[in-house]
Amino acid sequence: MMAKLFQGSVGKKISMSLTGLFLCLFLVVHLSGNLLLLKNDGGVAFNQYSEFMSTNPLIRISEIILAAAFLVHIITAILLSLQNQEARPDRYVLDRSYVHTSFASRTMIYTGSLVFIFLVIHLKTFFVPHRLFHSEQTMYQTVKLAFENPFYTGFYVVAMVLLTLHLWHGFQSAFQSLGLRHRRYTPLIEKLGMGFSILIPLGFGLIPLYFFFRQFLK
Amino acid sequence: MKFTLKIWRQAGPQDLGKLETHSIDGISPHMSFLEMLDVLNERLIREGKEPVAFESDCREGICGACGLFINGRAHGPEEGITTCQLHMRSFKDGDVIYIEPWRAKAFPVIKDLIVDRSAFDRIMRSGGYISVNTGSAPEANSTPVPKEVAEEAFDAATCIGCGACVATCKNASAMLFVAAKVSHLALLPQGKVERKQRVARMLQTMDTEGFGACTNTGACEAECPKKISISHIARLNREHILSSLT
Repeated sequence: MMAKLFQGSVGKKISMSLTGLFLCLFLVVHLSGNLLLLKNDGGVAFNQYSEFMSTNPLIRISEIILAAAFLVHIITAILLSLQNQEARPDRYVLDRSYVHTSFASRTMIYTGSLVFIFLVIHLKTFFVPHRLFHSEQTMYQTVKLAFENPFYTGFYVVAMVLLTLHLWHGFQSAFQSLGLRHRRYTPLIEKLGMGFSILIPLGFGLIPLYFFFRQFLK
Repeated sequence: MKFTLKIWRQAGPQDLGKLETHSIDGISPHMSFLEMLDVLNERLIREGKEPVAFESDCREGICGACGLFINGRAHGPEEGITTCQLHMRSFKDGDVIYIEPWRAKAFPVIKDLIVDRSAFDRIMRSGGYISVNTGSAPEANSTPVPKEVAEEAFDAATCIGCGACVATCKNASAMLFVAAKVSHLALLPQGKVERKQRVARMLQTMDTEGFGACTNTGACEAECPKKISISHIARLNREHILSSLT
């Protein structure tokens, strides 16, 4: 019975929205922990938090659910994209059908793919050495070292702009795909989505910038 | 008025098409777009050439037969109208006008600007019947319907099945069309009996016909000649959830 819910193109969009909103929730949790990096204590609080996150059994389970959500979101996006491309094999010679649509809504597969590339590099820098191998450094040291590099910090800032674009459409679109639309609440959801898509990446983007500029202060 | 027309010419479904350029002069700004094409075709016939094939029927915006992709927009640059309701005064003298057929895998070109939209009919057919007695008109007050619900259902029912939503969608998705058809029956008591099977079957046919999925860009509602809102797509999504979970 549940299987039917996720079948067909509408079912796939329901998968996209449920996993997408779950990933939004993850962003909030991830950012709230990472803001400890801005605490001026030489990384004591952040390292403690990092230790907790890598040992707590409940977090372990959440981590598996998170990885599954990412996979479902990515695989479903690829399937939908292929279906959409096949649905129009011949392009228009002159196409101005985009005039009433937002840039963010037309580029979801591209911003999503670029955010995915970011995710791989991000995991390679932090997750892989600390969780799969046992790094000599503390997590705080790894973070500090990574973000003192101008290219790495620049890359993070660009990735956060892309994430903003992805969330700009994705957040409110998830509600539409779930059928949650109402003339009283939809404008509110749209505003919430705009706020979310700016504030969350802004918070994430501040961290590398903080470490990058701090190294010149001393 | 004088125009340069770049018209898509394609001999048949299997043939390769290309743009053909025609100059046309002496067009009145009060002519409709289709009348302008009539003038061109009369000239082509006089010259012994093949006239441009395009579809039209009522020429008053209610039948859904006409539909051209004009200068990159479904039904041309104006909003809330079909191609037959577009007038040449919407263009500037000397304009170059691109005229193409709807492009979608589910709408194969038959000839020139005519596409086969029977995929829409097959979606409608898969929706099936509604359980009402036909014959003499029922007593008007026997089935009360709130005014707002009746209005909402009527808005959905104004869909003429022209296919502009599919033509303009970057995914060639038929979601707005299916949403309008599902919505107008799901809202009314007469359509509630077969509500769950209807949405499941229509969505299944929509997928097998080869239409794309919905990215919620909103292009369809902007180009719909009847201004059908994507709030009906949200209702279609709700109907799918209801039908699959209960």
